[in-house]
Amino acid sequence: MSGFDFTRRRFMSAAAAAAGVTLAPGVTLYGIGAAARELDAPASADIRWGLLIDVNRCTDGCNACVTACIEENGLEGHGRPATDAQWIRKVRVRNPKTGAEKHLPVMCQHCAEPPCVDVCPTGASLKRADGIVLVDKHICIGCRYCMLACPYKARSFIHENLSDQKPHAPRGKGTVESCTMCVHRVDAGGTPACVEACGEKGNGAMLFGDLNDPGSEISRRIATYATRQIRGDLGVDPGVWYQNL
Amino acid sequence: MRALVLLLVFLAVPAAAVAQDGRIPGPVIPKGKGEQCVAETDYMRRFHMVELTHQRDETMQRGVRAKRFSLKECVACHASTGTDGKPVSINAPGQFCASCHAYAAVTIDCFQCHASKPEDGEQARLPAPLPMTAAAGPETVR
Repeated sequence: MSGFDFTRRRFMSAAAAAAGVTLAPGVTLYGIGAAARELDAPASADIRWGLLIDVNRCTDGCNACVTACIEENGLEGHGRPATDAQWIRKVRVRNPKTGAEKHLPVMCQHCAEPPCVDVCPTGASLKRADGIVLVDKHICIGCRYCMLACPYKARSFIHENLSDQKPHAPRGKGTVESCTMCVHRVDAGGTPACVEACGEKGNGAMLFGDLNDPGSEISRRIATYATRQIRGDLGVDPGVWYQNL
Repeated sequence: MRALVLLLVFLAVPAAAVAQDGRIPGPVIPKGKGEQCVAETDYMRRFHMVELTHQRDETMQRGVRAKRFSLKECVACHASTGTDGKPVSINAPGQFCASCHAYAAVTIDCFQCHASKPEDGEQARLPAPLPMTAAAGPETVR
């Protein structure tokens, strides 16, 4: 982006902070310091979207995030768990020595160094400038290398013809897909559906925010409390953090 | 000279026939909901696929969400409403996309993945805005 545009956007954002939410007729900024960007602006590399999940608050039996994801992205399956698409799942971890159990949601971890992107032969598996890892299904050939490369088992392959997809979540047979961090909501200044559902119907265990902004709540909590990434030792630097795990 | 005139007559006939005199059946295209399209009709007829492909890469890879050549917006405007008040698939026989593409014998893959009708009450389902942070100053603004 040119320096001019950057200056203009900073000015517009600052003006919005002072003047309120509506800049001009038809131009509305949802929030400041969030994804308040114009529709024709690309995703910014200044931002890295991430999630923080407080595992102590995530309980056995609560499935609000999974249900919300299915509803939001139209992931209704065919009753075949082995092959149905699954963007987020609840995982139970147990320490065999102590018997301590934890329950946590696991989805695409939106790695900074995503192995799925490394292995993709067509460039369909991609990481956006703001850290969201996506599949460009237009050029995905369905080879499923990324599914093998992913250490988190986060991706699904679509085996069947689909109809009545959601307008904001195109999906089709023969391509791989995974959690998009609800990129359509994030681009509009919102939060992912799972985070919203966890706050409303669940236990408020999930937090969404900008990992690059040291002042954001997610960054402050990661800096303050004992948090970790799943398999942080792999060096892929996931964007999803877990507290009390 | 005579050959040139004949050539011109032959060139002129197909366009006129499709457009007006009905001797060659042309596609019957349902009208969109809006006042006018995002570009001239002639341009859209010839280049809509180029614009859609360009927009697709911009949106998918760079996160640009400009609405002008967004497929979702095309569908929202051009999908017609059935007698039951529900939107009809834009790719159904006789509908906006299918009528022309059947005529031109060009298959389209868009709607294997993309929704071919607008979602019910789509405008009412915008995502919840993030709360405003009071402490945000220009240095934290992006």
